Amino acid sequence: MAGGQERILRRRISSIDATKKITRAMELIAASRIVKAQGRVKAAKPYSEKVTAVITNLAGGGAGVDHPLLTQPEQVSRVAYVVIAADRGLCGGYNNNVLRAVERAIAADKSQGRDYALVLSGKKAAGYFAFRGYEVHAAYEGFSDQPNYSDAKAMAETVAELFENGEVQQVQLAYTRFLSMGSQEVAVEQFMPLEPSEIGADAAEDTDGGGYEFEPEPAEILGRLLPRYAEARLYAALLESSASEHAARQRAMKAATDNAEDLKTNLTRIMNRARQDSITTEIMEIVSGSEAMSQDDNDGLEDVIAQSLEGSYAALASDRNDA
Amino acid sequence: MQVELVSPEAVLFSGECSQVVTRTVDGDIAFLDNHAPFIGALDIGQTQLWADDGVVSLAINGGFVEVSGNAVTILSDGALAAQDIDVAEAQSDLQSAEQALAADADDVEAAATKKWAETRIQVSEAG
Repeated sequence: MAGGQERILRRRISSIDATKKITRAMELIAASRIVKAQGRVKAAKPYSEKVTAVITNLAGGGAGVDHPLLTQPEQVSRVAYVVIAADRGLCGGYNNNVLRAVERAIAADKSQGRDYALVLSGKKAAGYFAFRGYEVHAAYEGFSDQPNYSDAKAMAETVAELFENGEVQQVQLAYTRFLSMGSQEVAVEQFMPLEPSEIGADAAEDTDGGGYEFEPEPAEILGRLLPRYAEARLYAALLESSASEHAARQRAMKAATDNAEDLKTNLTRIMNRARQDSITTEIMEIVSGSEAMSQDDNDGLEDVIAQSLEGSYAALASDRNDA
Repeated sequence: MQVELVSPEAVLFSGECSQVVTRTVDGDIAFLDNHAPFIGALDIGQTQLWADDGVVSLAINGGFVEVSGNAVTILSDGALAAQDIDVAEAQSDLQSAEQALAADADDVEAAATKKWAETRIQVSEAG
């Protein structure tokens, strides 16, 4: 009876052990990826900083701020959401936090009579919104782990098209900002139209333009530069989200590994107790049997009993040592 | 002067140069030390940097250049150094672009692809 229980426990422990090995491996992989992802965030900074600086100088040089990407709409009837989530799960609340924030924002828009359009990155985002019956304009997947600039470019093109056709009057960008290893937060920011203050276009109007020569006209350069700026910003958001994803996964997998360890300790304890119980019962049976026999004064049988008793005691002793 | 070539994913070149030649949408332009402040949009074309240890040749697929305070910054989301160019790929791109152009002479995209392929071949041959 007790032997059966012991076998079941042993099987459970070995299955927990296998799971623990997997979660531990995932934790280590995620940890190494965070560092890489952080490096990519850093490597992308010079470009976006320089692009911003050039835009500021252009605006100062009289480029004007009448580009479609800078024109604030009079009325917003439809808002596009660019949502950046992960392709894979097992990363704690990472996906749900972003997706819920977007769902709340859409609900708030609806109460103001605004429609929505969804441009999604990550399998989990596509699954979430498709399951809840939202209409998805475009969904991208396959690069949440390690986004490339070309991925950002493709996404930005889709979004810019929506915006420039006038199908949406505003674009919001929802992603997870990477603050530090231990802290990431969901951000929902205005992506288009660009805020003149954000790119320094308003501050620069006071300056004399720094005496720049332009080739071609400032307005034309600005027209080429603003889409690049939008791409760079989306790329930065993708990179930060990917760093956050790895950090969230590392934490989730560390918790899972710790839980597996606890579970294993508890089950091992229960299993050893069950084993000892079964041995004790066995000894009791032998002893009571031997007492019944000794009244018959049967020498040959007594030897056999003494031998089997010794074996049981040895097993019990080694068991105590284990525990 | 200090020259930086920056792509969205990394800083590709950073160092001291005596001369920079690049191509804006209005034509080729060269920068020497203490050039006047300048902002230009780059066309598809070859860019050459006269660095201390020799001339660096690159194929640039559009971008921007800013010159100010004796520093040249080239921003490009498609820049390839001569040694990174896959000539076979460029050749096959060139062929398919020429076919597209033969079918439709006004195909702007194919014309750009052709120009980019030609630039890559030219730069890899020069490098």
